[in-house]
Order: sequence, then structure tokens, then C-alpha cells
Amino acid sequence: MEKFSTHTGVAAPLKRSAVDTDQIIPAVYLKRVTKTGFDDALFATWRQDPGFLLNQPTFAAASILVAGPDFGTGSSREHAVWALRDYGFRVVLSSRFADIFRGNSGKQGLVTGVVEEAEIEKIWAVIDANPGIEMTVDLQSRTATIGDLRVSFDIDDYTRWRLLEGLDDIALTLREEEKIAEFEARREAWRPRTLPVR
Amino acid sequence: MSTSTPQRPRTLAEKVWDDHLVVKGEGGSPDLIYIDLHLVHEVTSPQAFDGLRAEGRPVRRLDLTIATEDHNTPTINIDKPIADLTSRTQIETLRRNADEFGVRIHSLGDKEQGIVHVVGPQLGLTMPGITVVCGDSHTSTHGAFGAMAFGIGTSEVEHVLATQTLPLKPFKTMAITVEGELAEGVTAKDIILAVIAKIGTNGGQGYVLEYRGSAIRALSMEGRMTICNMSIEAGARAGMVAPDETTFAYLKGRPHAPQGTDWDAAVKYWRTLPSDDDAVFDAEVFLDANELEPFVTWGTNPGQGVSLSDVVPAPESFADPNERAAASRALEYMDLAPGTRLKDIAVDAVFMGSCTNSRIEDLRQFASIIQGHSKADGVRVMVVPGSARVRLEAEAEGLDRVFEEFGAEWRFAGCSMCLGMNPDQLAPGERCASTSNRNFEGRQGKGGRTHLVSPVVAAATAVLGHLASPSDLAALTPVEA
Ligand code: SF4
Repeated sequence: MEKFSTHTGVAAPLKRSAVDTDQIIPAVYLKRVTKTGFDDALFATWRQDPGFLLNQPTFAAASILVAGPDFGTGSSREHAVWALRDYGFRVVLSSRFADIFRGNSGKQGLVTGVVEEAEIEKIWAVIDANPGIEMTVDLQSRTATIGDLRVSFDIDDYTRWRLLEGLDDIALTLREEEKIAEFEARREAWRPRTLPVR
Repeated sequence: MSTSTPQRPRTLAEKVWDDHLVVKGEGGSPDLIYIDLHLVHEVTSPQAFDGLRAEGRPVRRLDLTIATEDHNTPTINIDKPIADLTSRTQIETLRRNADEFGVRIHSLGDKEQGIVHVVGPQLGLTMPGITVVCGDSHTSTHGAFGAMAFGIGTSEVEHVLATQTLPLKPFKTMAITVEGELAEGVTAKDIILAVIAKIGTNGGQGYVLEYRGSAIRALSMEGRMTICNMSIEAGARAGMVAPDETTFAYLKGRPHAPQGTDWDAAVKYWRTLPSDDDAVFDAEVFLDANELEPFVTWGTNPGQGVSLSDVVPAPESFADPNERAAASRALEYMDLAPGTRLKDIAVDAVFMGSCTNSRIEDLRQFASIIQGHSKADGVRVMVVPGSARVRLEAEAEGLDRVFEEFGAEWRFAGCSMCLGMNPDQLAPGERCASTSNRNFEGRQGKGGRTHLVSPVVAAATAVLGHLASPSDLAALTPVEA
């Protein structure tokens, strides 16, 4: 997982509330057997509408999503985070996230910052006035800056630390390599072995 | 690991947990638990391998990992290419991944292929006092041996492949004590259906269930597996039964069971595993085995069940408003009227299979009831062994002939109509008596209606064409075999 410190990119205003994971990635895409390459699946139903946000050239290359409240509700599918990440999003700002979605995001390197609803409206106003304007997200100071507007966002210390260090779950566990190896050294001989085939 | 200093009395689950602690979590963070055995199948593993590939990580312990194909495999014409594209892709992906990473795999056509929860125990890989995981909720099956066994998600599959460990918070413990003796025709399946009806589909949430008492001790390993298998339907993470002589006898001599001095050391340790007499469980439930009758579900979750001699309940009989609403929805889906005698419900199909009931003992039970009869007109009867090895064993005993003479379809091994990911599905509106574990809407095929039953009830139902217990057959004169 890549380390995250600051990121600057186009901010896209997704003015909808309760965007559930079925909207983020419809169920038909769950049949795939890969963990990457879900960029085409992101908001697949909405993207059939030529007027949809990400179909507008100004926002097609956005990497920061500024969404309405209750983002990521519904089914716990991790694919929702993969789709956002594969499309190129590094940050989602919202006034409320579904817990499971948020947990999954932290594990995959996607920053989910909680910003008060009034501030989200202000960000939308800035974008509306200057479509395509870039935003800078600083995880160290937990701030997002767009034009003259600077807002703070919430993210828990642990997730922030992991994102700053670029540690996924597995990398975190592998920091205990010595203890795992010690444990393995004292495992009893009778415990099952799948190899070799007797 | 088994030489800890004397401490407070512990349950079976706590002992196994303690002996797998790699790092004790502090300040609310999870423990890091070592995993002894990782079972892999085609549905939940592709993204896990893809994740390893993306990060350039190998499988840490190939010798603790084994893969088989089960959910998507066809049960006829297994030598032909799989028609469904998604199914074929998942299976081919597993084969490629196993090849690339060096994982032992038993593919369709191999004599050790089968449902992952049938394969592990039958090879002797599942044993007391170990931790077992698989990307499948019915991993709880393996707890029958006194193992700590639970299902995990795809990202956890990747985690175990890469590290052979999992960060986990300890579970709570619940004792389910079943005392007494089962009447003729009452089986392990009826015990677990009664347990779930009693505690509800959420009753086990956050718990490891330990099944104990004389009725459990009297069960074969197959019966114990049936019970632990369905722990997940009570919402529990895992189910366990303390190992005893029955467990050791089942294991001894199996391909991967310990041998020689390893066997002696293992048995010595295994004998220390049962819960201490004064161990305290977080919750306790009691069931009287003497009172149990064959059990059957009437609704669309495994908790919606009653005795087979009973009638379909009226939604108004449920005090809880949520249960009441769920009951009326279920009855509508099942097309059943309150007050209908369960035994008056006619079926279109009987499915004998799934990781709950597809082991050799289950097939023997089914065969013993149908022997000398022929199936009811218009009822489709499918017998699907849990593994290729079970199929071979059944054929060696001549059970295949019993099934075929009866008019049943004798299939190749896999999950089959348990979830209908392969072509084995119910048609919309069809009603099935099924030995599987889930009666959810559409589980066995879109619009299909499922009644969960034991193998012997499935057999009697196949003979009579309506839900029936073996005792209902007594009135019939069997045709001379
Ligand atoms: S038989 Fe059914 S419950 Fe068991 S693993 Fe297969 S699909 Fe799951």
C-alpha cells in the first residue's frame, strides 16, 4: 500500500446522500475474479447517464470525491473501495460514512475524511464557482484546502497512522514476523501438514 | 504450548485459543492467532491470490494450505467443459493460482475432490486442538473434532495466505447441553434444528458454541459434524465438541493423522482439551434429547422449524412483532397456510447432500430407509455425495444401486443444490425436502421452496411424496428387495 501524506487533485461534488455500495458498484461486477481493474464498474448505473458527474470532462479525472451524508451504506462488499481506488480516487469527504465502508477504505489506502455538512456545502459552492478546481488534502494536519477555503476533517489516529505509513493489514501483521517465526518453531510435530501427500 | 502454568479453569474454546496466541493484543487491539489449517475453494480465493500477486507476496505455509473445487462443480458430465462462464472462470482461476503459488489442489475428477468441509476431516487433516479457517461460513463443521474452526472473508483469506495468522478478538462461550437419549428416527440434524429454533438465528452471535451432554457424546463424528456445521445458522462464529474416544477412533489411520510417537503425543494433549469441570461459560442452554422428534423447517430461515408431527404455525402465535412479520412473509413465500399439518405438505424434490449431510454415514442412513421401496411418483430425488471419496465408498458398499433402483439420481461430488451455483437448481415454485443447511428465499434456485430435514426424513419423504418420518413407512409393506 502506498504511503499517503498530501494529495492534490480535482474535486468532484457528488451531491447525493446515502450513496450505498450497490450504487458504488452494482452486484453483477462481484463475479469478477480480480482485485483490481474495477474502474469501469464504479457508479456503473449512473455512468450510463451522459449527464452524470464523472461523464463531464471537467470531472472525469477527479481524484477527490466530495459527497453527501451517509456514504457507503448497504452491503459490506470491499469491491466498493476497490472501484473507487481503481478509478483514481484517493480521498472521499462526507459528513457521515457507513462504518464497514470506512473500515475497508482505511485498509486499502483510501482516505475517508469526515467534514461537517455545512462545510461540505461550502466546498460544493467553491467547486460550482470554479468547476475543475483542485483541492489539496493534507493527512498530517487533517485539512483540505480548495481555493480560499480551508476545512478540517476527522479521521481516527490509528487509520491516519496506517495511511501515513502505507501499512495494509498484512504489512502490519508482518511487523510481528519474529514472533510468528518463534511460534512456528515451537509448534508440535503432530499438527496437520497438507504436504507431502502420504 | 500445552505446558502452561496452572490457571483459572478454562473452556475447550479458551484452551485452543490460548495455545494459538502469537501476540496477545493490548489496549483493545486484537490478538494475533496462528492458523493450523487453511482450506481454500474457488469462490472466495481469487481476489486473495490477486492481492498477493499485486504485493509480490508468497503463500507463507504451503504445507498448511489445501484447495478443492466444490461450489461451482457440475455433478454430471464432469469430464465435459463447464457451461456456465462464471463458474468456469472461478474454477480455472483457482487452478491457475494453485499452480502459480504451489498450493495443493484437488480438482474435479480427482479422488479427493469434494466439498471442502467433507475433504478436510476425511483426509485426517482436521483434528482436535487446531485452528481451521476457510473462506466459507460452514467452516464451523470442523469444530466437531474439538478444533477452533470458523469462516473468514476474502481479505482474511489473503491475510492467512500471507501470514498464516489472523488478528482476532476473543469470542464469548456458550454451552449447549443436550442430555438424554434420542428416539429411533431422531438424529443429529434434529438436535441442531431444535437448538436453532430455540435460541434463534441470532442467538449465537459473538459466541463459540460448545455442544455437550450425553446425547452429544453418543453421536458419531458425522453427527457431530452435522451439528457444528449449522452453528453458523444460529449466528455463532463456531461450534465445538470436546474430543473423546469417538474422535480418536475416527482419526486413527487417516492419511494425514499423526502416526507413531506423534500420535501418542497428540492424544495425550487432546485429552487435556475438554472444558474444565468448573469452567464458566458466558451463556448456557439446555435441551432434553428424550423429548426430541424429527424436526423440519416451515419458513425461510433455519430458525423457523417445528416437530414434523406439528402444524404450520400462525404468524399471530409469535409475540415478537419482527418474528411475526417474518413468519407471515415466510408463509407467503413458502405458499403455506397456518394450521397445515407438516406431514400433509407434498414435495416436488428431495435433495440428499451438502456439507451438513453428505458423508458416508448420511448416505447409509438414507439408503437404509429407502431400501425396498421406490420413490413417490413425480418426485425428483437427487443424491449428491460430499466428496469423490464418499462416492467411491458408497459404490463399494453397493449404495449406488440402492439409490438407482429407488429411482434417485446418483451424482458426482459437490455443493450442488445446496446453493445452486451449478446447474442443480429448483424451478420457481418447486418445493424440496433438503438435507442442507439454509432455507433462504431462492437459495436452491430462484423461487424454490426449501424444507430442511434430516437424511432419514428426506428418505421417508422421497418414498411417500410428502414430508414424512421413517415411522410413517412402517404401515407400508416393503416390496421384496
Ligand atoms: S454444501 Fe452448501 S453450505 Fe456447504 S460449503 Fe457448499 S454451498 Fe456452502
